[in-house]
Amino acid sequence: MLRRASMLLARQPILAARARPFSTDLPAAPSADATFTEAWTKVIPNMDPPKTPLSFMQPRPPTPSSIPSKLTVNFVLPYASELATKEVDMVIVPATTGQMGVLPGHVATIAELKPGVLSVHEGSEVTKYFVSSGFVFIHANSFADIIAVEAVPLDRLDVNLVQKGLAEFTSKLSSATTDLEKAEAQIGIDVHSALNSALTG
Amino acid sequence: MAMAALRREGRRFAPMISPRPITALRSSPLAPSLEDECPIGVRYISTQVVRNRMKSVKNIQKITKAMKMVAASKLRAIQTKAENSRGLWQPFTALLGDLPSANVKKNVVVTISSDKGLCGGINSTSVKISKGLHKLNSGPEKETKYVILGEKAKAQLVRDSKKDIELIITELQKNPLNYTQVSVLADEILKNVEYDALRIVFNKFHSVVSFVPTVSTVLSPEIVEREAESGGKLGDLDSYEVEGGETKGEILQNLAEFQFSCVMFNAVLENACSEQGARMSAMDSSSRNAGDMLDRLTLTYNRTRQASITTELIEIISGASALEG
Repeated sequence: MLRRASMLLARQPILAARARPFSTDLPAAPSADATFTEAWTKVIPNMDPPKTPLSFMQPRPPTPSSIPSKLTVNFVLPYASELATKEVDMVIVPATTGQMGVLPGHVATIAELKPGVLSVHEGSEVTKYFVSSGFVFIHANSFADIIAVEAVPLDRLDVNLVQKGLAEFTSKLSSATTDLEKAEAQIGIDVHSALNSALTG
Repeated sequence: MAMAALRREGRRFAPMISPRPITALRSSPLAPSLEDECPIGVRYISTQVVRNRMKSVKNIQKITKAMKMVAASKLRAIQTKAENSRGLWQPFTALLGDLPSANVKKNVVVTISSDKGLCGGINSTSVKISKGLHKLNSGPEKETKYVILGEKAKAQLVRDSKKDIELIITELQKNPLNYTQVSVLADEILKNVEYDALRIVFNKFHSVVSFVPTVSTVLSPEIVEREAESGGKLGDLDSYEVEGGETKGEILQNLAEFQFSCVMFNAVLENACSEQGARMSAMDSSSRNAGDMLDRLTLTYNRTRQASITTELIEIISGASALEG
């Protein structure tokens, strides 16, 4: 009991005295949560309101009046942030409607991704990844957020395994009975044929 | 009867300054260890009780120290994962903002807690925040349901909010946490629970001694549309063109589901880190406490021992002087 009380007491000054805790994310101005904090303190006056994600994020810059020269890309996966606020010239993303090129000043878009090749063009160098699927948000201030579930650099893919997988899923599709099995087999075929074309094309 | 009472009293007052000697019988269960060192028939105070307590406190200290080491190593393993996953929810918040004060009919509070105990107060904090959110979002036409991850929150919430609990999921950390597992979990929750807003309550890991209770809000696509139309923070969502899919609604639906699984993944990892960190500090203070207790018991033990030696000497000397004089 006493230990918890002392922990609570210790926690408050730590957060108040140190403006930013030492971690990978930096707190930004928590302006947006005022309504929530007010409502909370009215109903539950004894407890501090919980923090919300906005207080842990750096705010994005507003839309500039002229088109910036570089595109800022955040490419995140569940296990790592591949690219974090990297300035590049162009990215080509495999959207469901086809390969989409994103340049600075691109109109704000939300696009879903299908399995395919993502290429990042910086100067003269091009880095290619095979992404499984995900989303891409392009904001008006030339920020692009690419969120994918899996992404591997192309040189890590094995051609033989891709061919084998493709054959396997094609046979599964022909022998599938329920809709669920058919859907799963179809997804497998899509991914493997995309892998195939990524390796050959 | 009187002897037994005296014996009992002697045992209780043994650590005090004026001890009363207890008759130590050979057949008594408290076989004293000073038996070997003194001649037969001498009366002395038993230090056995204090010695037993010292042994048990020392064992507890060892166990809690070991638990602290184990928690530290588990924390190291999972901390890198949690820090790497922090980039995952930021794009969604950058796009959709965060509206914890959204006024919706069907609220679902997802409480993330640990399965094992001895981790300080983090589970109680999560449960208190969840109950606070329930109270905040209660009213006419509004309802709040719970989805519980982890045994500890289940134990606390089942007691008074049993009818509001939709889903209980335990044994999350049986296998190392990975995105596939969490996305399957998120899928289950989305399939079985009707929601307008999902509020995920977890402890965000700042450092080994600091865990901040946090609530992340994921809104359903219909509410997102409603908020976008009414202007405010989501007002410029309409300015985004939506590529692909047949309708905008379909893409937003996929987006909401993907957002939920990403936020859940980060939340589960952060909570696991907080759990290990809290357990480290709880076990650390416990071993320090045991150490203090051991010091105090050692002093008591020495005092008892010295008092019994003094008593013996007094008896011998008074006996000898009685013979002489």
